[in-house]
Amino acid sequence: MNTRISRILQSIVTHAGLVLVSVVFLVPFLWLIATSFKTNSDVAESVLLPIGDGLFGVAWDRLNLDGYRKLFNQSPIWSGMIASTFLASVTAVCATLLSSMAGYALAKLRFRGHKLALGLVMAAVIIPGPLLLAPGFVVLHKMGLLDSYWALILPAAAPAFGVFLFRQAAIGAVPDTLLEAARIDGCGEVRMFFMVALPLLRPMVGAFMLITFLGVWTNFIGPQVVLQTPGKFPLAVVVAQLRGSYYQEYAMMMAGTLMSVLPVLILFLMLQREFISGLTSGAVKG
Amino acid sequence: MTTLNMDGPSVRGKMKAPVSPLAKRSAIAGWLMLAPWLLLFIIFTVWPLFMAAGLAGSQTFGPKVTTPVGFGNFKNLFADPLFFLACKNTILYTLGSLFIQLPLALGLALLLNRPDIRARAFFRLVIFSPALVGAAFSAMMFAVILEKRTGLLNLILNRLVGWDVQFPWLQEHILPALIIASLWQWTGFNMVYFLAALQNVRQDLLEAARLDGAGPIRRFMLVTLPAIKPVGGFVVLLSVIGSMQLFELPYIMLSSSGGPENRGLTVVMYLFQQGFEAGDLGYASAIGWVLAVFLMMLALIQRKVSGDAEVQT
Repeated sequence: MNTRISRILQSIVTHAGLVLVSVVFLVPFLWLIATSFKTNSDVAESVLLPIGDGLFGVAWDRLNLDGYRKLFNQSPIWSGMIASTFLASVTAVCATLLSSMAGYALAKLRFRGHKLALGLVMAAVIIPGPLLLAPGFVVLHKMGLLDSYWALILPAAAPAFGVFLFRQAAIGAVPDTLLEAARIDGCGEVRMFFMVALPLLRPMVGAFMLITFLGVWTNFIGPQVVLQTPGKFPLAVVVAQLRGSYYQEYAMMMAGTLMSVLPVLILFLMLQREFISGLTSGAVKG
Repeated sequence: MTTLNMDGPSVRGKMKAPVSPLAKRSAIAGWLMLAPWLLLFIIFTVWPLFMAAGLAGSQTFGPKVTTPVGFGNFKNLFADPLFFLACKNTILYTLGSLFIQLPLALGLALLLNRPDIRARAFFRLVIFSPALVGAAFSAMMFAVILEKRTGLLNLILNRLVGWDVQFPWLQEHILPALIIASLWQWTGFNMVYFLAALQNVRQDLLEAARLDGAGPIRRFMLVTLPAIKPVGGFVVLLSVIGSMQLFELPYIMLSSSGGPENRGLTVVMYLFQQGFEAGDLGYASAIGWVLAVFLMMLALIQRKVSGDAEVQT
């Protein structure tokens, strides 16, 4: 009986602790939403909602849409949203297609140079991105790709890490006997990849697409270096520039940040299972 | 391995067996499927990598004007007080993140992994969600959260413990500010890895240790820790690699600069400033190489340490 009570007590304390931690992690989000509707003086005076004599002691009438109005009128937020959506979707599809094909080929097909290609992938996984920043800029300059979306899509469409992940996934999820059976039935190799292997790799396809989408959506240094025309800037650059021009306009800056963060959060909420499994698969298997 | 696939390697072997049509077809298909990725990879990774070697030995102004300087860039770099400041800041930030964030992430993972936890998926989601925000956007948030008089952190701390609302996070205490921001953003991310690792802990071993009278701390040290060690090493490495490349968070938070007295200057920020603000892509490449060599050495050490650990257990 005593151990049962202490166990229940322990469970209550643990849950209370977790609730407290969750609140700490949630407060910046709630604050972000509240701040985007508040006036500057209310930002300084209240933590979340402005205090006043409305319902529940909140001055609802002092919440306003000025931040959003300024955001849509004075900053290229729409073009930023279109740019981010375009870049993230196209890169996610291309990177997933190219690295799943390459990863599958390295896992399941034997050909001359197979070992060399595999070594290349393994070596490239550890190259840190900043090293390629300056020379990558020179390459893009030589190819005449600066200030174009190609300069962001093409380099990101061939990630070594993606090939590594898809090779691991193909080794685990695509049985050789199945491929053999398809071969005997006269199925072509490339068709076999799309009809037999790709459906079996579906969990990794979903996870990798999401990871790539998120990576491109939040990428700041790439577009900052490569793009010059403000009309082409994605959200990360558009929003970061608010800090320079409108650093006193808290509501406007936070409205822009919220508009950038919200689509990704919603996408993730819908697909979280695949995302987390994909995120950890490299670590647990590798 | 199937018999069909075995045909491939034997072609390269000493026997020179006749190439079967199936193996030939498989070889062509293999290259065909590798080709699109390989082409882009060679243009945008291998070529720049070779170019980085050349660039590091030259002084440039933008992509067009280049003068060879041999090892001059590295010589200047190792006498450059700003580079040393950037290294110091980056390393302190990395150590701070490592020793505060990872124990916290592991602790939360252990809590969430208890069998009696309800709404586990909810807690995991909430704590993980800041990882989705992206450094550029969290920098925007924390630029205001850490503001002197209006910032959320000073306001809350003031109401809770009478903290000074004028506490200058972004003016003087920039490193702690960066560590706090990244604590919010990445603790849940690391927790998810630890949670996955905890699935490798054998419940029967834990139970056996409990029956043998081992307390919770001994059970953790003897059963849980060895089981999560491989993933733990990976998380440490990932976290160090990520922290050493810190850029967006201070750069945006401090309005496109290293902040007052460059207290928030990081290695990658210095690389960016030298390469794309001052226009010396050669010096930037030299900084890139120093960072790359440092990170690769860490990766090698990690591989050796975790390799040895596996041999021991």
